[in-house]
Amino acid sequence: MRLQLPNPGLEDRILSHEELDKLETEEAGRGDRPKWDNKTQYMLTCVGFCVGLGNVWRFPYLCQSHGGGAFMIPFLILLVLEGVPLLHLEFAIGQRLRKGSLGVWSTIHPYLAGVGIASMFVSLMISLYYNTIMAWVMWYLFNSFQETLPWSQCPLNYNLTGLVSECEQSSPVDYFWYRETLNTTPDIGANGGLQWWMVLCLVSAWAVLYICIIRGIETTGKAVYVTSTLPYVVLSIFLIRGLTLKGSLSGVVFLFTPNLTELTNPTTWLDAGAQVFYSFSIAFGGLISFSSYNSVHNNCEQDAVIISAVNGFTSVYAATVIYTIIGFRATERFDNCLGGNILALLNTFDLPEGNVTESNYDQVLQSLNGTYPEVIQGLNLKTCDLNTFLSEGVEGTGLAFIVFTEAITKMPASPVWSVLFFIMLFCLGLSSMFGNIEGVLVPLQDLGVFPKSWPKESTTGITCVLCCIVGLIFVQGSGNYWLSLFDSFAGSIPLLIIAFCEMVGVVYLYGIDRFNDDIEFMIGHKPNFFWQITWRFLSPAIMLVIFVFYFITKVTETLLYKTWNPESENFPTLEEKPYPAWIYVIIFILAGIPSLAVPGTALFRCTPVCIKNCNAAGFFTLNSFPCVFFIYFTRQVS
Amino acid sequence: MHCCSHIILLFGQAICTVGDNCYRAVTFLKEGMLVWILFLLCQVGAPALAQDLCQRDAPNGYKVRISLKTALGEDAYEWNQSEMFFFQATMAFAMRRHFQMETYNVDNIILCVQTSRVSFWFVVTSPDNTTMLIPKADVEKAVRMSRHRINNAFLLSDRTLEFLGIYPTLAATVNPDTPPWLIVFGVVIGAVCAGIIALLVSSLLQKRRKEKGMTEDGQDEEDMQVKGVENGINLDGTYNRGFTDDDRFTKL
Repeated sequence: MRLQLPNPGLEDRILSHEELDKLETEEAGRGDRPKWDNKTQYMLTCVGFCVGLGNVWRFPYLCQSHGGGAFMIPFLILLVLEGVPLLHLEFAIGQRLRKGSLGVWSTIHPYLAGVGIASMFVSLMISLYYNTIMAWVMWYLFNSFQETLPWSQCPLNYNLTGLVSECEQSSPVDYFWYRETLNTTPDIGANGGLQWWMVLCLVSAWAVLYICIIRGIETTGKAVYVTSTLPYVVLSIFLIRGLTLKGSLSGVVFLFTPNLTELTNPTTWLDAGAQVFYSFSIAFGGLISFSSYNSVHNNCEQDAVIISAVNGFTSVYAATVIYTIIGFRATERFDNCLGGNILALLNTFDLPEGNVTESNYDQVLQSLNGTYPEVIQGLNLKTCDLNTFLSEGVEGTGLAFIVFTEAITKMPASPVWSVLFFIMLFCLGLSSMFGNIEGVLVPLQDLGVFPKSWPKESTTGITCVLCCIVGLIFVQGSGNYWLSLFDSFAGSIPLLIIAFCEMVGVVYLYGIDRFNDDIEFMIGHKPNFFWQITWRFLSPAIMLVIFVFYFITKVTETLLYKTWNPESENFPTLEEKPYPAWIYVIIFILAGIPSLAVPGTALFRCTPVCIKNCNAAGFFTLNSFPCVFFIYFTRQVS
Repeated sequence: MHCCSHIILLFGQAICTVGDNCYRAVTFLKEGMLVWILFLLCQVGAPALAQDLCQRDAPNGYKVRISLKTALGEDAYEWNQSEMFFFQATMAFAMRRHFQMETYNVDNIILCVQTSRVSFWFVVTSPDNTTMLIPKADVEKAVRMSRHRINNAFLLSDRTLEFLGIYPTLAATVNPDTPPWLIVFGVVIGAVCAGIIALLVSSLLQKRRKEKGMTEDGQDEEDMQVKGVENGINLDGTYNRGFTDDDRFTKL
């Protein structure tokens, strides 16, 4: 069943195989297309783009909350059925057509240019807020070069009579994050003004990014030797350190204990699919660009499999490391809780020290409760349960900036561990930013926004400066809320639509036969049955299912956001508030415009052709009725 | 026990003056019993007097709680009467240090309600009048002044030697003039700016060199061939123009 949509003129738009070979044999240095210095640079750049912050702070949370070791099953299945085929597709099409994302889709069919534009828009939105996270990481990194970490203790209040009340009610790490870093307002409407220290950190984040991408892959290729390998070194150091801490093994055991009943829950499969999809950074356009700088006969099939395997392995490895530290923190909290209870009992009943220990605590409590129940009631002893502390599952910025930083303050030589941790996060994020920015810069060049005579340094410079200025939204008082808004809407639904259109475009518009021949030309053998099945049916079907479920859940749920409000009743628990009405306009811009760019550009390209056909076919015949509508609509709009 | 001996002597004197030889045998027995009863009473009475001053929840007393095992672990010493005496001495020292005129003694510090926790109550009596207690506020001031010395005497800290009701003063945080993060930021941004400038300058130089090289190449190649220079080597002989490329001229 080879469904092939009509695609006239495709031959004229693409280079034939002979022309590609000729391009290969001509001297390097000729032609204005950049090239990788060696295969290692290319692999490290792709690995760096795929492996990002999500592997460290999203996957462990999903793993633990969806049945531990059992989560590996849907994750691995969907990795193989969804991640690897999509990756191979993007690599192959980029290597074959030798253009960035916009160029590739315009070449396949002019109406598909919308996919490229949507990719560019999504990459732009994500670059804006992702670098703000880098700014936060840099702030913590700068603050780690002190003997006592500033988030280990509460500051004194103005009169020096006690601790600051906001800090006393919550915790030093919460206070440092919400007040001294973000200076967050209680509401997204109250913008709180620019926080100057965050502006400095944002500027430094964009400056570091600029120096790495200043000459395109010439400089990026050198930077990835450090940014892609350092996270693995640091993770290994943390693993060794973590395993020597008390309670780390209970964390790892808790993470991987399988709960097979979770497999029957559809949310598990949905979350696994979404995690695989977002983790691979597909549909950003960056991978297509990177792959297009390769030589034509590079083995993209092998690359796709290797990178998928590395990505999967990194997720599991990072989860293990994170949970050794979380296990240590939970055990520490449990010991403190129990210690506090024991001290209360000793003090109230004047028992000698050492009479009540962790082992006989329950017996003693029971006997005392029997004899003095009212006194025990009055003490308000807390229930201490290790599993509760372990399942305080946190993800995202909460994991990195609150939970992990707290655990670090309890380790000896905290500044060292803090510096290592934040350097690792910075490298992970920076290598992902390379791909994001590539997905923005190359389409801008293809669209001709910058004159061709301008050097690459100035185009990257202007893009960085403009993004930095727009990114100032995220360093206001309410910046954190804007960031999670962008994260939820700009980076979710449009990507699913783009990926679906990519698959359909390549398989049915470009033609699976032609694609198979191309791959045979490039790597020497035709893609086997597995690739055929996944490209043609399985992967698009999985994309469609995830998209439908995602869309339904997002549209039906009432949109709430969590705020840090010192005046709320349940402080320090985050207060949930509904979004104000004008936010819905912003959400529509974020999610709607990229999604609508796909059909919109098709329409835009289609109208001149339609008008021409209509004029030829004559008015008022049944066939030309849609044409009349198009003409009317475009005339009203223009 | 001074008061006991005083009381017994007084009563003894009183009985002796009353009685005379006839009563001596009877009164001798009574005397003995009385003395014995008085002695017993003294033993109970003197502390009972002190007990009235020092009791649980005494209005002018403080409860002290000591956590030796938490502070010292295996090196914890045993809390015995000698340690209690040491505490009295330390408190007397603290009172002397605060009220510089008055000479407090170990007897002025009265301890009671000892438990195995270890915790006890204490009150401080005035050196001039042993029935008068020093008010709570003054004791607090004395303790606060010498808290560090008292802690060090017992190898304990504010947390492990607690005076319930006297809160430890908070340590003032050291605030450096320039926040340390600003220094690191300065270093990083300086390095990055230097790198950017270096890269921009080097690419400008490269471009200029390329442009110069290209214009020179375009003119010089033909001249070099004519002059007999090929690949930079001067060749002897004249160059035969008949063998030049005629591509510049239009083909027929």
